[in-house]
Amino acid sequence: MNTRKYLLPAAVAGVLALSLSACGGGGGGSTASSGGDAAANLDGRGPITYVQGKDNSNVVRPLVDKWNAAHPDQKVTFKEQSDQADQQHDDLVQNFQAKNANYDVVDVDVIWTAEFAAKGWLQPLTDKMSIDTSKMLPATVKTATYNNTLFAAPQTSDGGILFYRKDLVPTPPKTWDEMMNMCSIAKQNNIDCYAGQFAKYEGLTVNAAEAINSAGGTIVGDDGKSTVTSAAAKAGLNNLVTAYKNGNIPTQGVTYQEEQGRQSFEDGKLLFLRNWPYVYNLAKTDGSSKVKDTFGMAPLPGKDGPGASSLGGHNLAVSVYSQHKATAKDFLTFMTSEETEKFYATQGSLAPVLGSLYDDPTLVQQLPYLPVLKTSIQNAVPRPVTPFYPAVTKAIQDNAYAAIKGDKSVDQAMTDMDTAINSASQ
Amino acid sequence: MSTLAQPKKAPETPSPKTKKVQKEVGQDRAATSQGRWAFWLISPALVLLAVVIVYPVVNAIIMAFQKDQGLDPVTKVFVQGGPAGLDNFVHWLAQQCGSAACAPGTLGSQFWSAVGTTFFFTVVTVVLETVLGFWMAVIMARSFRGRSALRAAVLVPWAIPTAVTAKLWFFIFAFDGIANKLFGTAILWTGSEWPARWAIIISDVWKTTPFMALLILAGLQIIPAEVYEAAKVDGASAWQRFTQITLPLVKPALMVAVLFRVLDALRMYDLPAIMTQGSNGTTTLSILVVDQIRQGFNSAAALSTITFLIIFLVAFIFVRFLGANAVASATPKTKGQDK
Repeated sequence: MNTRKYLLPAAVAGVLALSLSACGGGGGGSTASSGGDAAANLDGRGPITYVQGKDNSNVVRPLVDKWNAAHPDQKVTFKEQSDQADQQHDDLVQNFQAKNANYDVVDVDVIWTAEFAAKGWLQPLTDKMSIDTSKMLPATVKTATYNNTLFAAPQTSDGGILFYRKDLVPTPPKTWDEMMNMCSIAKQNNIDCYAGQFAKYEGLTVNAAEAINSAGGTIVGDDGKSTVTSAAAKAGLNNLVTAYKNGNIPTQGVTYQEEQGRQSFEDGKLLFLRNWPYVYNLAKTDGSSKVKDTFGMAPLPGKDGPGASSLGGHNLAVSVYSQHKATAKDFLTFMTSEETEKFYATQGSLAPVLGSLYDDPTLVQQLPYLPVLKTSIQNAVPRPVTPFYPAVTKAIQDNAYAAIKGDKSVDQAMTDMDTAINSASQ
Repeated sequence: MSTLAQPKKAPETPSPKTKKVQKEVGQDRAATSQGRWAFWLISPALVLLAVVIVYPVVNAIIMAFQKDQGLDPVTKVFVQGGPAGLDNFVHWLAQQCGSAACAPGTLGSQFWSAVGTTFFFTVVTVVLETVLGFWMAVIMARSFRGRSALRAAVLVPWAIPTAVTAKLWFFIFAFDGIANKLFGTAILWTGSEWPARWAIIISDVWKTTPFMALLILAGLQIIPAEVYEAAKVDGASAWQRFTQITLPLVKPALMVAVLFRVLDALRMYDLPAIMTQGSNGTTTLSILVVDQIRQGFNSAAALSTITFLIIFLVAFIFVRFLGANAVASATPKTKGQDK
């Protein structure tokens, strides 16, 4: 009897423990029936909702207000999600599964676009829904294209930049080997030479992909099958492995995310840093920054010219469940117009997707890194556009991390990565 | 849950004789009508439990026998996988991906290491927390000036949300963080296997020891002081008083506290997720489940079902074997014990 007194609560505790993790999925949504949804409501006009992550630099609300003033009968409501990428992703998934018609226009990270498109949740931007992408940088359009169909409108972009110390290195390195040779300068000054993002998280996928693509390799081919066992891909990863082994990437480099590298660079303890453009403002204005006037920016070094940056940024997509797709499409056009892109760049430091804006003198005066970023994005290769992205990025992270730390040979790491990518996409 | 906290009544053990007599008096009818009442009174709670607990669990188990969605080779659109039989369970337990063993870099290849990691964390943290918590409880049980202030202060680590705790220790264990500065070391706390594991254990112990201390303290408070006085008069040493009086009498409360902690530790997610992203052999079962949810719901359902069974088994063993002992030692060893 007494035993039972304990057993029930214990059982309940156990059940509770798991029921919470079990209902995270909410069942697999039905798919493949999207043909009907995608063909419906193409001419629908009326109020719509725009969903995106936290609007940190307050650029979305003014734009929405502007739209609402011009279209009183087709008002846009702005729904703000959290500032955590994973939470934004899961929130979108749950609402798409529930076929929520109130998520009309959604902001998707470039790496989720293929997954959502393959699930049949995104409206193909064809025929009546088509938009003009001719002025956009090609790499950004590639991130929004799945199975040769455009599913989203590129809205903002982002590329890797090499931050370096002008006072120690007068001319930035053009190639990876040149940069490695300059590490002797770092040694003389008793500082670390090169850092990127090598902790085991999405940033490592970005950096490993850059190393592989810059050396002329690829991660997946056009058929979605892995191509990481090629000699060029191995040589690319080997660059990082060798740099870590001989100390050009510091020991603590394998714990660096964006911020740790930035802090080290601003402390004057780092010669070269691969990071996103956001570092520019902080390194220029931070009170603690010791490199305010002594840092420069250059395109990432590659094999024998600019390297191939991975692309960041966000795309705008229309939900197939939206009831006012005509309005949604107009809003998409408005949100990717030159005027909006300019506003994004000046107010939010968000890199535009229109090539012409990178040469706009007023913009360049405000954001001096734009010409460098243009080179970066022009040479950029998107991370694998695949509906199995979560599995693919894990395969890259786990194996690249093991190789860089020296737990595995490059050959072994690439063989495992190859098997893992292919088994993920079956 | 509240049944755990109820003071134990001495079990009533009517002799067989009186039982018979009562039966004849028609106690039966009274009992059944009481039973019916009781059923109606608890039915809202039962319905609520069914909705929030039974339904998700049953749903997860049903999903576990479905294949994950796959791509239609022609349209490149996801289609439902159909029934999977035991495939999802085989995938995890045998670490099979398709027909071959899962390659490093897939979630499937991490199942057994995640089980090992989870149990390692559980055993080490619970043992440390119990010992330290007991020690703290014994100190707090004494009367001295500022005792209530100390009790409040001890609670601070437990009051901080785990996510914040994790970030806090993440910074402490950073390469140029406090820990390395203090000891003059250059350890990659979050970038190498054993340091990462110990970093997580230290954080967990720091956070949860107060919780253990308070539960054990509650158990200590109900031991009457007279018992100790009597033991002192009989000439028992401090050690004897501790082992002969404190331990047996505090055991029921201690067991409940340990059970709670074990169940909690088996579900550990946020500390390793934030401090190491599950790298360097710190992936627990919960981290694996959450990662798998993003890759395919049905495999995740199978994995969480397996995890559920593991945790349930541990809880069952605890209650059946350890808990039963605790109960037996706390009740007078007379008649009326269910075996």
